Amino acid sequence: MSLLQKYPAEVAAILARYPADNKRSAVMPLLYLAQRAENYVPAAAIDEVAVLCEIEPTQVASIVGFYTLYYDKQAGRHRIQICTDLPCALRGADEFAAAVCAHLGVEMGGTTADGKVTVEGVMCLAACDRAPMFQVQNGAGLTFHENQTLDSVKALVAKLQAE
Amino acid sequence: MIEHIVLRHRLPGLENINQLAAYQASGGFDAYRTVVTSMTPQAVIDLIKASGLRGRGGAGFPTGVKWSFLSNRFPRYVVANSDESEPGTFKDREIMERNPFQFLEGLMIASYAAQASTAYNYLRGEFWELAARLDAQIAELHAAGLLGKNVLGTQYSLDVHNHLGAGAYICGEESALLESIEGKLGQPRLKPPFPADRGLYGQPTVVNNTETLANIPPIVARGAEWYRTLGTESSPGTKVMCLSGHVANAGNYEVPFGITFRDLIYGLAGGIRGGRTLKAILPSGASAPILAATDKVLDTRLTYEDVAALGSQLGSASIILMDETVDMSWVAMKTTHFFKHESCGKCTPCREGTYWMTHILDRVQAGGVQAADLALLSDVTHQIGGKCLCPLGDFATSAVVSSLKLFPADYEQHLAVAAAVPAKPAARAKVAQPVS
Repeated sequence: MSLLQKYPAEVAAILARYPADNKRSAVMPLLYLAQRAENYVPAAAIDEVAVLCEIEPTQVASIVGFYTLYYDKQAGRHRIQICTDLPCALRGADEFAAAVCAHLGVEMGGTTADGKVTVEGVMCLAACDRAPMFQVQNGAGLTFHENQTLDSVKALVAKLQAE
Repeated sequence: MIEHIVLRHRLPGLENINQLAAYQASGGFDAYRTVVTSMTPQAVIDLIKASGLRGRGGAGFPTGVKWSFLSNRFPRYVVANSDESEPGTFKDREIMERNPFQFLEGLMIASYAAQASTAYNYLRGEFWELAARLDAQIAELHAAGLLGKNVLGTQYSLDVHNHLGAGAYICGEESALLESIEGKLGQPRLKPPFPADRGLYGQPTVVNNTETLANIPPIVARGAEWYRTLGTESSPGTKVMCLSGHVANAGNYEVPFGITFRDLIYGLAGGIRGGRTLKAILPSGASAPILAATDKVLDTRLTYEDVAALGSQLGSASIILMDETVDMSWVAMKTTHFFKHESCGKCTPCREGTYWMTHILDRVQAGGVQAADLALLSDVTHQIGGKCLCPLGDFATSAVVSSLKLFPADYEQHLAVAAAVPAKPAARAKVAQPVS
């Protein structure tokens, strides 16, 4: 089903935010919409977004490639993205990230066997005073989890895996 | 020393100003009302010029002067830069979460001053939940007649839209941000022309940081003279300082410009965690040179001029503190990985240079490097600095150059000769305990 068929009101609302002769501006919000169902942008959606934005599919694909929050491949249903940048690392984020990976039995970047959770190290998320922290990204959006411990992650992962 | 102008939600009785009724009850939108119904756009620009307000996103450029550069063409646009991505910065997020209407009111006053009928708020993609709340708050402003056609019964009309980025630090650079709203890769433009002449969709555009905009309603309400009673002559007002790293009480501190590092860190933020000794300060996130925590530095006032005089930058005041256990070559490795990841790839010196710096610095951490490797590292920084379209290239070299200069022993301990000494070979000396 196309984006227009699935989310007609949202597509219209997105297009309305930008000047009628600059539909290309809608490419980023439309890609978030395209990513909603499966947490990655399927190839067919690239073509459809291109038509909606009146640009070429390669131009849409370049946006997916440039911006880190868009994915062209399927991974875990939930991406746990741990900030390991300098301010967080000064408060133990590297060790925290290693402990999370060990608990899940995956390498950094890996996905659990049930396909539910992918763990990734990411750059600064603007929560340096509440490290260790991570965000969970899935099709529905993105949530911050701050002042985390291994125990709090274990509880969260159990919840995500039970879904 | 604390002065809450922007972080007003921290004041007793104002905890709920993230709700429109509570914000309006506290005088919210009175400034906007005054501006739209009784001031000319030029009078607003003159007022902000007179206040001496400087851009809080990092560059410190006078806001009113920036507004006065707009070319005489229409339509014009105003864009809020809420891309907040500098490591160590988390102030705009608190402002938009806890005091969103003051920020929006500032954006709306700026839009009136620029005679723009459309404004965009560009948020980093990670602020997804925040953007959803702001969408709802903007809808409330429409319902209240503060946004939309013929605002408050005047001829002025204004719409505000949120635009989410998707994980690119470079989009905090204003021309890259505009490219991103236009649906393109977030790569900086060659300047001139500047956005005030050719910005969004080639039209005259003002881009201001979130915190800058949040300062505007109080300036309109209380006047430029009042504003100048805060801070210093060249850096008036207050600044939200973001303290992170090994500080006892990390968080945002809103203080008048001119407070010293010492008073901020030891007087307000509880000093260094575990009573350790402060070794070094990154005053502007990953982007500006490291400062050794000497008495001279600690007694320096936090203003744009004073920090620049030390050979660093105040920037957005994302102050990262590092205690005596931290290896500065490790810090340089961390910041360099950040910039390698965030380089947009447009300029070869930055794209390739950050790649090579990470390789050398990873080898430093692994131990057993030669003195020639450190000379090569230094050489690479010279191939990047001053050779790129935007400042990201320069930023990428800051921590490397300054750490090599100020803390050579931190590198020398990783030399092959040093590694032969029966100490921990690739000692990544740093605090390893997560905060509980």
